[in-house]
Amino acid sequence: MADTHAVAAGHSTEDSPHLRHHFDDMGQQFDSATFGMWVFLLTEIMFFGGMFGAYTVYRSMYPEAFAATSNFMNPAFGAANTAVLIVSSLTMALAVRAAHLGQQKLLQLMLVFTMIFGVAFLVIKGFEYHEHWVDMKVPLFTGHWAWDGPEAPPQFAHQAQILFCFYFFMTGFHALHMLVGLGIMTTILMMARKGTFSPTYYTPVEVSGLYWHFVDIVWIFLFPLLYLIGHTKKLI
Amino acid sequence: MHPVTPVRTYVIIWLILTIMTFTTYYVAQIDLGQLNVIVALAIAVFKMMLVVWFFMHVRTDNPLTKLFVFAGFFWMAILFVFTLGDYFSRTWMPGGKFW
Repeated sequence: MADTHAVAAGHSTEDSPHLRHHFDDMGQQFDSATFGMWVFLLTEIMFFGGMFGAYTVYRSMYPEAFAATSNFMNPAFGAANTAVLIVSSLTMALAVRAAHLGQQKLLQLMLVFTMIFGVAFLVIKGFEYHEHWVDMKVPLFTGHWAWDGPEAPPQFAHQAQILFCFYFFMTGFHALHMLVGLGIMTTILMMARKGTFSPTYYTPVEVSGLYWHFVDIVWIFLFPLLYLIGHTKKLI
Repeated sequence: MHPVTPVRTYVIIWLILTIMTFTTYYVAQIDLGQLNVIVALAIAVFKMMLVVWFFMHVRTDNPLTKLFVFAGFFWMAILFVFTLGDYFSRTWMPGGKFW
């Protein structure tokens, strides 16, 4: 069994210092690690799924209010951040590829790029949060919530706060995941600089990549569901 | 372990993802009524599948991992179907319509 597995994976069963004793070979160890990461990601799917589910219920209750409130969000920021995250996913995928091929310099370069785009995302998000703070669109904070002006129908005063609560909780938890991702990338970059990874052992890069891509996917859904509801508004 | 994916494949996937982002951005400006949310979600699901299949290498993962990935999304579908089924089958929704 061990041999067929190794042959199928295209690797020999020769000893690697990274092979733990409870695995038959590097291929099986790699498969177990990616499988385990996916099991963790499933719990993450349910974590965000709960918030998306609650969002769906409330949006169904107050469709007009949500559409009107979405007009106070800036889709240009949202679109820019989507583009930034997608590029970071590309550089992450290229980092995993470089690790797999043993291209040490390219791996480090791609990891640095990924982190730069990750930081860029958080900086843009920070500007956005600042805009909401100045615009008085932070619910639950006395003195930082106001609902007035021609674009703010008075009958939606309460429901607007519901959407902004969803907005801050969902983007906030997403940003938290980005911070964790940056911490993971820092660790992986330090390991890469020490020359830990090789074509037979790049599992940590692959598994960290799975996490990074997952965080990207969450944003892929947050962008249209939070920013693009009020389809009547004029963008750019 | 996985076979090495060519750089070209990754770049093409990235291009499609970027084009899809712009598409969802501009389609949102057109008033399609109920269709707006369906188009937005269809594009998001398509983008998600590209990321999962190519960037996350599920394409070349073993059947057990594939099954678990599918199970994860299936489980979330259960969450949505049961929750929404409950809400919409009672007379709790003031709007009276789905979206």
